[in-house]
Amino acid sequence: MPLRRVTFTFKTDLIQRPVIYELGKKFDIVTNVRRAEVGQDTGWVILELEGSLDEIDRGLAWVAELGVDINPLDGDILVG
Amino acid sequence: MPNVQSLRCKECGRDYPLDPIYVCDFCFGPLEVAYDYDTAAKNMSRESIQDGPPTIWRYDQLLPASRENAVDIGAGMTPLLKADNLGKELGLNNLWIKNDAANPTHSFKDRVVSVAATKALEFEFDTIACASTGNLAGATAAHGAKAGLKTIVFLPADVERGKILGAAVFGSVVLVNGNYDELNRLCSELGDDRRWAFVNINMRPYYSEGSKSLSFEITEQLGWRAPKHIIVPVASGSLFTKVHKGLNEFARLGIIDGAETKMHIAQPFGCSPVASAFVDGQTHPKPVIPDTIAKSLAIGSPADGFYSVGIANKTGGSATIVPESEVAEGMQLLAETEGIFTETAGGVVISALRSMVRAGVIGPDEETVALITGTGLKTLEAIADTVETKTIDPNVRSFDEIVTGAEVN
Repeated sequence: MPLRRVTFTFKTDLIQRPVIYELGKKFDIVTNVRRAEVGQDTGWVILELEGSLDEIDRGLAWVAELGVDINPLDGDILVG
Repeated sequence: MPNVQSLRCKECGRDYPLDPIYVCDFCFGPLEVAYDYDTAAKNMSRESIQDGPPTIWRYDQLLPASRENAVDIGAGMTPLLKADNLGKELGLNNLWIKNDAANPTHSFKDRVVSVAATKALEFEFDTIACASTGNLAGATAAHGAKAGLKTIVFLPADVERGKILGAAVFGSVVLVNGNYDELNRLCSELGDDRRWAFVNINMRPYYSEGSKSLSFEITEQLGWRAPKHIIVPVASGSLFTKVHKGLNEFARLGIIDGAETKMHIAQPFGCSPVASAFVDGQTHPKPVIPDTIAKSLAIGSPADGFYSVGIANKTGGSATIVPESEVAEGMQLLAETEGIFTETAGGVVISALRSMVRAGVIGPDEETVALITGTGLKTLEAIADTVETKTIDPNVRSFDEIVTGAEVN
């Protein structure tokens, strides 16, 4: 099953919402948190997603729609 | 190379073998090359460095690849110039410019790719690849050619023609129809399932070590001492963290007496996630969508941003966000005072330096080094609207009228 490693960055209004739980319930995706931090007005989670690529894409589109910033774990690969 | 111990996770400290891997399996932290500094101290001295080649490979005891098989087209030992004219303009009496535009493909990327290409050969890859909008493309293409590797350089299809040709002349260039995110994602997927040396993915722990040579050289060129301040243009933050690591390594090995250097971040307004985090007192940069004239700094999701903020804080450094309108001003100021034509990232550094002096962050007599990481010739469009020329008729009267402004009888 394909794996994708991503970073979610949450703004203040989303920190209390169980986004990762909902992602696993709404979509056929296994989520596995590896590292996280919640600060005063922002929070981030590094996690692994396992599922079909289409399902992961759909799930990430839903997360993005909520207003969560999604970035590949490796940061930007395309550089100057 | 003889002093390399392992790859070590920067977060949890777990050790890994020296393989083409870049992330910790457990905590997903980035992996970094760890050295046996006791052995390195025995193998390395000022004299042994000076006996080495006039390239980054003179510091091979603190690089993760072997000098004997190095893919070396002459990266490194670029000029460190005393910038008295610019210093006078800014009010600094002890200003130096490290001009990395003098590298073989005209940017500091030659340092990192020289190491990555050498590791690619050691790992017996037959292909080296990268995704770039400019400097990395040229550096990878050139070193790939020298190494005899198949080379694949991905460029956005809408990038300036000069940049495409500047990389294509060395070998294979693939133009991708897609936006920034799509190209990032394509390369991430290719990096996962192709046995390629992707310079800033699976070669990243080795590649980034090449940047340390910048601070090694600065200290050597200053007469074996660390400056009081270094101003670094920040994109992913990799260069920033490695310049700092290089200073600490030289201090630890006794090559220099100590490193109390304050590390300063310079970013343009249109892409300043790292500088903004520092200014706002945050530890983690918030990703942004880049919209800046300084294309070589346009990394909205900086992999080493967190570490860069930490270093700036720890060393008593600072962060400056340069208005977009002042980027070209910085380029022009450096050109007019020191005869150095830098790319936009250099304009960001010079304008940041000016702001820092005005704010009293740097004292007039404090030894300061500004990093110029690439040439302006690749980004001519950036200054197209600010540079003035005069056109005359081919006679002396016209010359006097228009150029010297003299009264003509």
